[in-house]
Formats: sequence, C-alpha cells, structure tokens
Amino acid sequence: MLVFLIRRIAQSAIVVAIMSVLVFTGIFAIGNPIDVLISPEADELERAAAIARLGLDRPLHEQFFAFAGNALSGDLGISFVHGVPAVELVLERFPATLELALLAMIIAVLIGIPLGIWAGLRPDSPAGRIIMAGSILGFSLPTFWVGMLLIMAFAVSLGWLPASGRGETVDVFGIPFSFLTADGLKHMLLPALNLALFKVSLVIRLARAGTREVALQDYVRFARAKGLSPARIVGVHILKNIMIPVVTVLGLEFGSVIAFSVVTESVFAWPGMGKLLIDSILLLDRPVVVAYLLVTVLLFIVINLVVDVLYSLLDPRIRLGGAKA
Amino acid sequence: MRQDPVLEVEDLHTHFFTRGGVARAVDGVSFSLHRGEILGLVGESGSGKSVTGMSILGLIDPPGRIVSGAVLYRGENLVAAGEKRLRQLRGNRIAMIFQDPMMTLNPVLSVETQMVETVLAHDRVSREQARERAREALARVGIPSPDERLAAYPHQFSGGMRQRVAIAIALLHQPDVIIADEPTTALDVTIQAQILFEVQKLCRETGTALVWITHDLAVVSGLADRVAVMYAGRIVETGTTVEVIDHARHPYTHGLLGSVPSRNKRGEPLAQIPGMTPSLLRLPEGCAFQPRCPRATAACLALPPLSGGDHGWRCFHPQEAAA
Repeated sequence: MLVFLIRRIAQSAIVVAIMSVLVFTGIFAIGNPIDVLISPEADELERAAAIARLGLDRPLHEQFFAFAGNALSGDLGISFVHGVPAVELVLERFPATLELALLAMIIAVLIGIPLGIWAGLRPDSPAGRIIMAGSILGFSLPTFWVGMLLIMAFAVSLGWLPASGRGETVDVFGIPFSFLTADGLKHMLLPALNLALFKVSLVIRLARAGTREVALQDYVRFARAKGLSPARIVGVHILKNIMIPVVTVLGLEFGSVIAFSVVTESVFAWPGMGKLLIDSILLLDRPVVVAYLLVTVLLFIVINLVVDVLYSLLDPRIRLGGAKA
Repeated sequence: MRQDPVLEVEDLHTHFFTRGGVARAVDGVSFSLHRGEILGLVGESGSGKSVTGMSILGLIDPPGRIVSGAVLYRGENLVAAGEKRLRQLRGNRIAMIFQDPMMTLNPVLSVETQMVETVLAHDRVSREQARERAREALARVGIPSPDERLAAYPHQFSGGMRQRVAIAIALLHQPDVIIADEPTTALDVTIQAQILFEVQKLCRETGTALVWITHDLAVVSGLADRVAVMYAGRIVETGTTVEVIDHARHPYTHGLLGSVPSRNKRGEPLAQIPGMTPSLLRLPEGCAFQPRCPRATAACLALPPLSGGDHGWRCFHPQEAAA
C-alpha cells in the first residue's frame, strides 16, 4: 500500500509538471491579454507599463520559470482581471461546483443502478425496454437544451423550483454550502438533475450490461441453489460484481463533472468553477485559467486514487502495490 | 424392508421453447432415490442430465419450463410448489453442486460470507453460530486450518479446494439429497479421486442421497449404487451399477462402454458410436438412438417402452445378457 502511494505521488508530480507546461504555452498561444485588458484609448506609455507590470514583456520561457518557481510555493499568480491570487479565486468557487457535482453523482447512482439492474434482469420486459429507450434520450439530448426545458417546466410554468443562483448558504469552516439549507437544496435540484441526466443514462447502461453478464454466471445459479432470497442475490451477489465498471466510469465522470460543468453552470447561473473558467478564457485571464486547470488535474489524480482504493475494496483479486509476487 | 424414497421423479418433461422450435431437453424421465443411495445419471453433453438436475430444484429459467410430470420430495410435489417453498428446500433439504468450481463461488465475496449466508438463509441462528457451522463444514470436507480459510476469497483456493468449499456449502444443512452436476469433471484425476472418496464417505455417514450427474462411466462404476443412462432426454437404461456396467442391454450403453479407452485393446482403433447426438429440436421418430444404432430395424420407428423390473432398458432389440 505504501509503495503504491509513493509511486502514485511520483507519477502525479510528473503529470502536473507536464500539464503546467502545456497549459501555460497553450494559453500564451491563444492571444495577448493586454488587448483585452487595456482600453483602446490607452496610450503607448500606459500599455508598456501594464505589460511590464504583468511581466508580459519577458520571453516565454522566463515567464514560465518565474511562474513555475512561484507555483512550487503555492502561488499561481494574480488574476489579471480581478487583481487577487488566482488560486483563491478558483478555490472560492470550488465548493459550489463540488456540492453540485456530488448531488448529481448521487442522483446518477440512486436512479441509474436500480434501473440498470432492473433492465438487466428483465431485458425483454416492457419496463426494461422503456428504461433503455429513456437512457438513449439521456445520452443524446444536449445538456443546455434539457437545462432550458427544466427551467421552462419547473421554474417558469410550475413555479416549483428556482431557476438560478445558489440560494441560502450555510458556512462550514468558513466555506459556504447550499446543501445544508432547504432553500439551497431547492436551488441545487434543477442544475443537479440537469447535470445528472447524462450520468444516469451512462450508469443505467453499465449496470444493465453488467447485470446481464453476471446474472448468467454459475455463482448466481449456485446462490439460487443455496436457497438465498432474490433480494440477497441481486443486492449482494450481483451488485458487488457490477460495481467495478460502474465505479471506474463514475470516477472519471465525477472529475469531468467538477471540471467541466460549464454548460449547466451557465444555464442556471450557478456561481461555480465552470462559470469562472468561461469568463476567464474570454478575458484571457491566464493565471486563473492555469490555476483552474492545475486544480482540475490534482482533482483527477485524487479521484483516480480513490477509485483504485475502491477497486481493492470491491474486488479481492485486485491488490494495490506494484510488486507482484 | 425398503423405506419410502426421499426423492421420486415421475415422467418429468422439461422443454425449452426457443425460436428454432421446442427443445425437449427432458422427455419423460423417472427415477427414485432412497436415503443414502447414490444414483449415477450418465449421458453425453446435451442428453438432458443437467436439465433434469436443475428441474428437481425448480431452477429452470425461461424459455425453459417443466411441462409435465412430478418431482416428489418425501411425497410433496415440487413442480406444483411455490417459489417460496422451493427456496426453503433449496440448499437446505436438497442441495446442489455444480461442475466448474472456478465459477460456482462468487469471486468478490469471502468464503465466510458465502457460507454464513447459506446457514442464515434457512436457520435462525446468530452470525457467530453460523460461522461456527461453516468452520465445521470446512473441516469435514478436509480443508486444513478452516479458521484462516474462512476469511479467504475463492481466488486464493485451488480448483479442488474450491470444489470442497462448494461441497461444504452443500453439506451445511445436512440435506436429504445432493444433486452433483459433474462436480469432478474440471479437476485432476488425483483430486477427483479424493473428492469422490470424501463424498462417498460423507453420504454414508449422514445418510444423504446423491444424484451424481456425469458423462464419465468410470466415475460412476466406482461410486454409484444405481445407474441411469440418458440419451436425448430419456432414460434408456437403468439398474444397479453392476447390472448396467457389466450386463448392459441397451446398444447405446454398450456404445458408451466401448468408447472408454481403457476397455479397448492396445493397438486396436478406439471403438466409437457412429454419428452424432441428435439435435433436440429435430429428434428422430421413435427411439432417438435408432439412426446411430447397429441393431435398429423398422420397429424402432416406434418409441420402445422402458422394460420392467429393477434392470430396465428402452429397446426392442437389446443386447443379449453377457455371460
């Protein structure tokens, strides 16, 4: 386990280093932030001063090493636009996105797994076919469109749920969270549903495919021959076997929900990281984009680590640690 | 004096309603089993022997269905019984062991979980007591240091050890009947011999009756009290092991016996039954073995009845009883 962790951390460090180079040069290539930041009326002198102040007059590699040096001490630069440290800006928005993503994943698991197992156990029943047809819709409908429909239906026509913002929040260790208040939950529900739709479909298909395969295995027949109840066979013998692919994909999806919930956050005006990213790209606010992507990379690394640990809990045949006996 | 049989199968028909037509996997099988008796159910792949085993426990899934006939456990007809009653009996009074020990244990659950759940499915005992019974069962089937092995997962066992675990699970409730579906086919011969020995011993000790499904006549001749030979869903010959193995009357039984390599003389080509097992969807009329049978005549286009007596065969032209 310790060997596994050390190896993992070394791998992660390399990934972070490569990512930072890519992101830094990538943003540099997109355009010059000065064109956006400074008003067209500014004279040459003001321009030169601004460029020097932001360090943009130096060659790219110098800029990068200055950035990398600062980054090692946790300083990812100061936002060109907002004038505050970029990391702070990103982390400030992080809890909003995190709670939204978590709720979406919970919805995906709670709806997707039971429906998927049901469809897998009775693939030819009408209910099974309806579930599968529904999952195709979930895959193919564009997120922004579904988001707008949800707003139309539940916020505008029925007036049951609010359409934008985080609602009332409660501070936990100084971080505001919405899920702790009824109002906040109401505000979260629509965007979370919107975000969950695709994942629900994905989980349904994974769970169904897994169930169809596992249900035919001899150990399921043996479990029946032992006289176990159907609830125990499905809930323990089948469920535990289909969770491995589900956990893999959910891990990846969780990362991407947090990192790229841009569309949903825009539609529902949810003040999360995704919205910050879009705004920062439009303004070529390089430190914020870089900080955002690095936080995202770290997030993916952590999630992958958690997924690997979950594997070993789900499947005794998988052992953590590189050294094979 | 003979007691009443623990298990009687009467004219059982299990058919599979597939797109290609109706496959009559089990087509009128009858046998009975007494306490402590070992019945060898012999046949080639597709002869319906496994389906017969599954039918007894009501484990036939659609498109398959028990069409008619009865399975009497101590006089109670299980074909008419509800799912709940069947569940009470499965693993409790009638247990089953499957062919491939690599596949019968759930790979992600510990042996302890899989044994304890079997105990708890039928008896209201504490988890501790259930665990203790699991430990005893493992020790009984010859698994060393059962305490440690309980915590292990199936992949940490060899094939033979896994089959012992499966047998231990079948023995947990000291069932009246165990249906063993080719449990030694996937094992090495030495392991096979050990398992056969253990099973025989355990059945003698506990009075458990055994239906041993196999294609291996050698196994059956050493283990079973009685033998039933199946072909295309029907029993074609039945009797005591000595009667069937040494005084076979049905040409198919003869063919099977002739196909065992050790019974052939060295250097001679191996005897074989010509042709192939017929598709269950297109069974020949009358005696299903008739197209492959060296003794077949026009009379064989009608289905021969199972001749009476303890040693019975389903043939119009049986081989003469060997001297």
